[in-house]
Amino acid sequence: MVDMAVKASDISAESPRARTQRRNDLLFRGATLFFALLVLTLLGGVIISLIHGALPALKAFGFGFVTTEIWNPVTEKFGALAPIYGTLVTSAIAMLVGVPVSFGIAIFLTELCPAWAKRPIGIAVELLAGIPSIIYGIWGLFVFAPFLQRTVQPFLINTLGTIPGIGAWFKGPPYGIGVLTAGLILAIMILPFITSITRDVFETMPAMLRESAYGLGATTWEVVRDITIPYTRVGLVGGVMLGLGRALGETMAVTFVIGNSHRIASSLLAPGTTISAAIANEFTEAVGDTYTSSLIALGLVLFVITFIVLSLAKLMLVRMNRKAGT
Amino acid sequence: MAITDTSPPGTNFAMGRYKRRKVGNTITMGLAVGAAVFGLLWLVWILAVLLINGLSAISLGLFTQMTPPPGSAGGLLNAIFGSIVMTVLGMVIGTPIGIMAGTYMAEYGKGTKLAEVTRFINDILLSAPSIIVGLFIYTIVVVPMGHFSAWAGSISLAVLVIPVVVRTTEDMLNLVPGSLREAAAALGAPRWKVIVQVTYRAARSGIMTGVLLAVARISGETAPLLFTALNNQFWSVNMNAPMANLPVTIFQFALSPYEDWQRLAWGGSLLITVAILALNIGARMLASIGTKKGQ
Repeated sequence: MVDMAVKASDISAESPRARTQRRNDLLFRGATLFFALLVLTLLGGVIISLIHGALPALKAFGFGFVTTEIWNPVTEKFGALAPIYGTLVTSAIAMLVGVPVSFGIAIFLTELCPAWAKRPIGIAVELLAGIPSIIYGIWGLFVFAPFLQRTVQPFLINTLGTIPGIGAWFKGPPYGIGVLTAGLILAIMILPFITSITRDVFETMPAMLRESAYGLGATTWEVVRDITIPYTRVGLVGGVMLGLGRALGETMAVTFVIGNSHRIASSLLAPGTTISAAIANEFTEAVGDTYTSSLIALGLVLFVITFIVLSLAKLMLVRMNRKAGT
Repeated sequence: MAITDTSPPGTNFAMGRYKRRKVGNTITMGLAVGAAVFGLLWLVWILAVLLINGLSAISLGLFTQMTPPPGSAGGLLNAIFGSIVMTVLGMVIGTPIGIMAGTYMAEYGKGTKLAEVTRFINDILLSAPSIIVGLFIYTIVVVPMGHFSAWAGSISLAVLVIPVVVRTTEDMLNLVPGSLREAAAALGAPRWKVIVQVTYRAARSGIMTGVLLAVARISGETAPLLFTALNNQFWSVNMNAPMANLPVTIFQFALSPYEDWQRLAWGGSLLITVAILALNIGARMLASIGTKKGQ
């Protein structure tokens, strides 16, 4: 579609009717342009409002805001290290568990699954993505956390917890709620996102390549490992980054199960907090400008992190699509 | 072309290696099947728990009574009403903006730098944490107004609607064949008429799919409502005051120590999930009808 605007003057020599049409055309074009610009300014508005809101806290604490662990509403001393640590650790757990499983599901769907089961399983996985995060939260709090407390956590404490070194991650009483539980719930939540992108990029690969490899006698696993994954590498990384962006910003499910404690514990079984959970929990109860401003500053930190991750993801997926297009 | 078992020729002299490859293949493919089972297991587990706990809480009272004080029976009427009001308003504000912006990107600005940048920014907005949107609306609406309000809640939901609608509108308009537009233009129709009467009609079911998906997305959102609409124990139709809504009510009731409240939270969770799954499935059916017609 090249530009095919019908110029009113082409049709008739400026009859009143043509003039109205031309005016309408300009109006409509202007309106669509206005709203497109509005979408652009939305992001700018988010950044400016966050910086504006965070300014008092950043002035009071300077760069120390992101390097100190103290979070004391009474003395009005705030540092973001514990929530930042919680956000990064829960997301790391989510990626460690979620990425291999997502790849497995995608491989199953593209290589192994019988044709009749492809659609139902694909839809089921995507329904997981539709479940709102508060449902994961209430399920996590009442079902998943007690389940972990009874079974998985005692097991971890008795086995991995006794190993020197990494044992420190699995020490302490099994609370049920805590950093590990939050990370595992995040893993379940990002499964559908990474799976559907992985499946999509797997399907961009020309069938010829795979068939040639099969023709040479490669096994399914060899085709996936040596042909599919190298070919779709950029897209896979993009999908993983998109999942990471989700995990970093996920709020409600984490708020339910992380325990909301502004402390960096060496054990993954201990309660902690994340940036989004701290904001969700404390914002309406925050008294005083410094407290509110510190929470907005937390939001700014989260926004900067997710913005970088999402931009990288987007750039990689664009590169992938360009490759598929040629 | 899934061929799980391929026996390459000339294997008799390298049987050991062949066996090793076969075993490796069986193990990894077994893991892939395991992953799929593992993924579906969560869906089944969550839905089962939700059904068992939710169904026992569903009764007529849930839809006819207000949220109760702790320790007494009640329903979720005010929260259901508030959620519907704010979702509808969020859609009414967000959908036209999204469709117009998507129209610019697909029709007028196609291939321009501006459209490209807008698409990039829109995709960032699409995946940005919703709690950030809550903070944004808090600073630009709640602080100037001086109080929490249903308006602020609706606006923050609208901000979440916009990127979803922009994305699907643009994608769907791009699918409309250029020859349709050219035919209309050749008949002398001005550009805006071509878009409104030809392109929109051709892309209607696709755009509707996007709108349904947007409804599904915002009807379960909690984080952006926490400090915009807040919540309300009572029946309120005042848009300038805090308004009850299902997600925040579920959040508060589930974390409370009262059993009545927790049961209501399960009932509300079931309602939201059923509504959202129905919307998702509806959107999917609409999309498949649309593609069938297009073929």
